[in-house]
Amino acid sequence: MTSLELSNVRKSYGQTAVLDGVSLNMEPKEFVAFLGPSGSGKSTLLRIIAGLETLDEGEVRLEGRRIDTLPPGERGVAMVFQHYALYPHMSVRENMSFGLRNAGMPRDEIEARVVQAAGVLEIEPHLDKKPGQLSGGQRQRVAIGRAIVKQPRLFLLDEPLSNLDAALRMRTRVELAQLRRRADAAFIIVTHDQAEAMTLADRIVVMNDRRIQQIGAPMEVYSRPANVFVARFVGSPAMTLLPATLVPGGDAFARIRLGDGSEVDTRVPRDGLPADGPLQLGLRPESVRVAADGTAQAEVELVERLGERTLVYGRLADGAAITAEDEGNSRIRLGDKVGLRIDGTAAHIFGPDGAGHHAAAG
Amino acid sequence: MNRTTRRYEGFLFVGPFLFLYAFLLIYPLILGIGISFHRADPFGGRLWVGLDNYARLLADPIFWQAVVNTFKLTLMIVPPLTILALALALALNRATRSAAIFRGIFFSSSVLSVTIVTLIWRFILTPDAGLIAKILHAMGRDPIPFLSDPHLTIPALAIATIWWCLGLPMMLVLAGLQQIPPDVYEAAALDGAGRWTTLWRITLPSIRRTLILVVMMQTAAQLQIFGQAQLLTAGGPSGASRPIVLLIYEIAFGRWELGYGAAAAELLFMLVLAVTLVQYWAVTRREAEA
Repeated sequence: MTSLELSNVRKSYGQTAVLDGVSLNMEPKEFVAFLGPSGSGKSTLLRIIAGLETLDEGEVRLEGRRIDTLPPGERGVAMVFQHYALYPHMSVRENMSFGLRNAGMPRDEIEARVVQAAGVLEIEPHLDKKPGQLSGGQRQRVAIGRAIVKQPRLFLLDEPLSNLDAALRMRTRVELAQLRRRADAAFIIVTHDQAEAMTLADRIVVMNDRRIQQIGAPMEVYSRPANVFVARFVGSPAMTLLPATLVPGGDAFARIRLGDGSEVDTRVPRDGLPADGPLQLGLRPESVRVAADGTAQAEVELVERLGERTLVYGRLADGAAITAEDEGNSRIRLGDKVGLRIDGTAAHIFGPDGAGHHAAAG
Repeated sequence: MNRTTRRYEGFLFVGPFLFLYAFLLIYPLILGIGISFHRADPFGGRLWVGLDNYARLLADPIFWQAVVNTFKLTLMIVPPLTILALALALALNRATRSAAIFRGIFFSSSVLSVTIVTLIWRFILTPDAGLIAKILHAMGRDPIPFLSDPHLTIPALAIATIWWCLGLPMMLVLAGLQQIPPDVYEAAALDGAGRWTTLWRITLPSIRRTLILVVMMQTAAQLQIFGQAQLLTAGGPSGASRPIVLLIYEIAFGRWELGYGAAAAELLFMLVLAVTLVQYWAVTRREAEA
């Protein structure tokens, strides 16, 4: 049985379309991340699932039951809001039990659930405090606790980590991963932080410009981006894209000529590529190494020393920007001319329509 | 610059306000206390009588009638005013053009002077040619003497006052409502809270402080009700709608008994202060428990 099922969801505000035919099927207990820049429609999609927005067209089903016609409280979903959205005048205990009381649950069962969730989240000492007396991290746990006690079939997390500082963010990320293991429910997290999406999710739904750009496992999205947008958005620093042309003839794999005249042998099958039109060669920084015997030459514009490795931002002879990697103890300086060895086996090719072509799997 | 001059620098900024405040409020207040211990008239005669004026007042049935009238008016005005302001604010708390227009309409009565307000209500209430009388006449009924029946004058004054004073409390409640973050309502929706639950458990507790402010401000203001009573009923018939301030006015500027009037004013001052303190105590005590 599937968990959440979105079929052909459309939404527009007046003339402005925000979601254009979105479909998605989630496995039971699956953890899915909606990843995309602001305005990509990812939050709107989450709010449609929660029932906080209506949809213009399409259906939302949860475990076979159609829920887009139900009020938010009857959908079997629980949401953790970006700004916590705790009730400021209620104690932590009342915050967590409010939903259960509205559902008419017996008092002793409410109390049992609240105490249990508070124990798991280590907020027992704060049960009788008001949200205003808690730190940001504690409030976040109360917000998570309020979702847990409802024992929903689907957790909706709306950028739950974006208000936390770096240390707390790491810790909460671990806690979300643990919660996910314990809970018998599916999860959706909305985020613009790819590290969050990559580490937490089973599958990432990359969204941009009202549409799903790609659905796939984190490494699949990273290593086989469906199009130029996904290639540039996922991965940090972003993938280098170089204008390129196909060198005619040769074997089954495409040979590519760059703007500065250098050529790269890829492992992308030649027959899948468009017959003509401008191409782009996609290179992750780790597949461009600084090397004296490199095939391409670049002038260094910026050096970032990250400790275990060094990122080198430079320009090829034709002015195209390229990002390369070097050893952690690199001695490269601004203005140096360096050779670059391009590893064609990990290169991607993007057609004139932006669609990605990748090395044959395996 | 040394520390002493720096310290006095601040007074330069609050100086003008402090001067006006002291000159126009504090000084007359103290002067009034002084006068209340005298038998005084505006033409200079002033005789120390100690607490005589106060003793006379407390034995004066007309004063007590005015006190009762004032409390009746306050009780008839403040609760309905607060509930109406809340209801209107809840209805108009949306970002539509029509809501903005209605906010303007409901606030507009507040900018009128009391003279205009009483004139309008006179047109409506007068038994001989008023709007209500005409409607009743068209239905074949006798007019109702709102402004001369001792049982109807205070309700009539209360209705006119509520109509006049509605704007500011409504705006205060609206401002309070707009402070509530929208995601709290979304969380409540996901928690399965219906309209009533949301109103009682989310909205009202969130604007509790605003509502308390409205009640306290309006209570203090309505205990000093004056213009409507003077212009609409002149306190009549036979004092049935005379509030304390109107009585003070009649004593001081009708009978020119300044000392006696000042004593009544001081008693009113203490009454307003006492009511406000009791309200404040009730509120803070509840807050300490919560």
